[in-house]
Amino acid sequence: MSEYITPIRTYLAVFLALMALTTITVAVAFLELGPFNDIAAMGIAITKACLVVLYFMHVRHSSRLTKMVVVAGFLWLFILIAFIMSDYLTRGMISLQGPIG
Amino acid sequence: MQGESSHAFGLAHHFDSFDQQREASYLGMWVFLVTEIMFFGGLFTAYVVYRSGQGAAFAIGSHELDIVLGSINTAVLIGSSLTMALAVWAAQTGRRKAIVAFILATILLGGLFLGIKVVEYSAKFEHHLVPGPNFHWQGPEAPGVEMFFNLYFLMTGLHAAHMVIGIGILLVVAILAWRGSFSPENHNLVEGIGLYWHFVDIVWIFLFPLLYLLGRNIQV
Amino acid sequence: MSDTVTTPPRRKHYLNVDYGIKSWLLTQDHKRIAILYLISITFFFIIGGVMAALIRVELATPLGDLVEADTYNRLFTAHGVLMVFLFLIPSIPAVLGNFLIPLMIGAKDLAFPKLNLGSWYVYNLGALLMVAALLRGGTDTGWTFYTPYSSTFADSEVILTALGAFVVGFSSIMTGLNFIVTIHRMRAPGLTWFRLPLFVWAHYGTSLIQVLGTPVVAIAILLVAAERLLHIGIFDPALGGDPVLFQHLFWFYSHPAVYIMILPSMGVISELIAAFSRKRIFGYKFVAFSSLAIAVLGFLVWGHHLFVSSQSIYAGLIFSVLSMLVAVPSAVKVFNWTATLYQGSISWQTPMIYALGFIGLFVIGGLTGTMLATLGIDMHVHDTYFVVAHFHYIMVGGAIMGYLGGLHFWWPKITGRMYSVFWSKIAAGLIFVGFNLTFFPQFLLGYMGMPRRYHAYPEEFQILNVLSSAGATILGLGYLLPLIYLFWSMRYGERAGDNPWGAYGLEWETSSPPPTLNFDEPPVVTTEAYDYLSLREKKLA
Repeated sequence: MSEYITPIRTYLAVFLALMALTTITVAVAFLELGPFNDIAAMGIAITKACLVVLYFMHVRHSSRLTKMVVVAGFLWLFILIAFIMSDYLTRGMISLQGPIG
Repeated sequence: MQGESSHAFGLAHHFDSFDQQREASYLGMWVFLVTEIMFFGGLFTAYVVYRSGQGAAFAIGSHELDIVLGSINTAVLIGSSLTMALAVWAAQTGRRKAIVAFILATILLGGLFLGIKVVEYSAKFEHHLVPGPNFHWQGPEAPGVEMFFNLYFLMTGLHAAHMVIGIGILLVVAILAWRGSFSPENHNLVEGIGLYWHFVDIVWIFLFPLLYLLGRNIQV
Repeated sequence: MSDTVTTPPRRKHYLNVDYGIKSWLLTQDHKRIAILYLISITFFFIIGGVMAALIRVELATPLGDLVEADTYNRLFTAHGVLMVFLFLIPSIPAVLGNFLIPLMIGAKDLAFPKLNLGSWYVYNLGALLMVAALLRGGTDTGWTFYTPYSSTFADSEVILTALGAFVVGFSSIMTGLNFIVTIHRMRAPGLTWFRLPLFVWAHYGTSLIQVLGTPVVAIAILLVAAERLLHIGIFDPALGGDPVLFQHLFWFYSHPAVYIMILPSMGVISELIAAFSRKRIFGYKFVAFSSLAIAVLGFLVWGHHLFVSSQSIYAGLIFSVLSMLVAVPSAVKVFNWTATLYQGSISWQTPMIYALGFIGLFVIGGLTGTMLATLGIDMHVHDTYFVVAHFHYIMVGGAIMGYLGGLHFWWPKITGRMYSVFWSKIAAGLIFVGFNLTFFPQFLLGYMGMPRRYHAYPEEFQILNVLSSAGATILGLGYLLPLIYLFWSMRYGERAGDNPWGAYGLEWETSSPPPTLNFDEPPVVTTEAYDYLSLREKKLA
């Protein structure tokens, strides 16, 4: 099993895409989109992160095991945030007011 | 070592082949990065929790950050990721001088990022926006704004600390590369520090919108 | 270690390949590093044990007559911190796991030998910080470092102890990372996942928790230290912060951390049950996957520590239900061990006594755990001795029984010597009896309403407390015995032979003690794990 070597033009294309996405995210931040401001900013950030992980970090051409490790890492971060937020977002649902909200 | 004469130079005694050694090193680095995701994850969680409670204060706080410097820094860091990726490419294809050149470019861009960060931090010092006893905020939502700056300094500070460590390791790797320590079969160190550097870039890819951009559209 | 009568030419193994302090302190051999860990954790187990003894002496009478309330706070904090971070978490993984995983999978070493040695130094650095905190008067926050007490009000060595836990956490991460990569990448030819010993599966699950959980508690502890040091308010309600967020981050790791202690122990028990029943573990795949299930489910239940901490009642309900789910894979293990015993040819060797003791104690600990996971019951017994008894049944009755059982099982492999069978059986019996006498009364005390973490109590609780203290004396004696006869055996014990138990597994196919690179011939695996049937046929033929 030898190493896959990404061609230089792929790196350059990814770099240009990342720069373009950075410009877009800054521009979009000044528009009035209501809740979609947050969604757009996070969506673009996730896209950029995926590009870096897949191409710069070679995960696209790595073993299934590596892909699983990467997915597990972000999945556990999601568990951490989601379960904690399940507490904070439901605290206001009873009349007793929690420290937040 | 018990008659391990068949072992090639650069292959550790307990591995059977360069492939095994490379895969172990690559997997190990990724597992380490997973621990880093969770390490930063605690801070990101705190951000999400506190922002959900006081979005208005966090919007005010984000207006105090310098969006121009922040954007430039994002571009600089993405550029350094490109040069880092090219350094790994150079190692894979056995171009000794190119490895050194690309690593030095990465160090340079990383240094530029930290330099700009210092400019930003010192502006915050002048405006008394550094958390602690000297924090001073005249406007509305003072407690929430202070919490925003607590998180801003902790998150960017931890990120910057990772960059400083990364630059230190890059310097060592550059010297090793100059001495010709790496070959197309054996360049795990270049690949490993590359993964680390890209990870640090990813953290910033999230920090930038969270701290600088969210709430920009709101008039304060 | 200067044996005078040896028959030349003397066989080289990992213990005699090199002498001198440097050959130990700079070793990269996983077996020697395991010994280094064994020395370190035994030292802190003794110190933590002395703290426990002082606690039990204080609680023998209702009045606070031995120590002040404040000193008592520092005592139980030190007991908890030392036992959890410096003994239980590294105990089985860093000693037995470190020694055995490469042997069991037919590798020459762990994937990253230098990282392995580094983890021991990092452990000791963290331990040093904690000892420094102790010498400067100790910490009084409890091992949980709850905010806002730890961040704002406590007037003790919080920062040193917290940083100690932070640093020790990294050694735990290093061990876990090393195991994951080793199990994935270093297995001998033919050793597929479903041929792995269940000990290895259990350690794989453990390593996942170490890697995914530890960084979160690290950052939480770091934030407390930052809050104290820099006077910034991360968890400060005055800034809209929430002290309960610390509890969330803390228990996201510290609940799974209980599985860091119990999972490796379960791995040991699987090995012992198979070896001393002379049978393949019943439902091998179920037991293997139950380790992973415990590791994963363990991350979804931490909120049951926050039932009375102003956590939302709805989150509490979800966490309560999820907590009960952990009982499923745990029960799978217990039922399958029991089924393995059925019609096995059981031999009552010392390790087997520990294994059977483990099953009994773990069942009690686990079932009271389901009681505590029930939202309504927990409201009543939260922060009482019921909780203290429950987690000691898991962490002492479970984890330490497994650790001692494993240590007795593999001691002949580690040292090449056999210990006194008589004394080891006496010790195992004392520990089982002493343990139950110490902690069963605490269930009753807790249910009657005695809160934890107080140095004085109403008189009606005295009888049960005296029973508990008496049990602790027996338990202490039981722990002292192995320390003596195991030490003694290193010099005077009979030579054990390569496979004294007639057990199945790669670690028994190499010599005792094993050579530095573990195997003279690289092993190739062609059979399932615990293939005792073919072993018996081979012997008959």
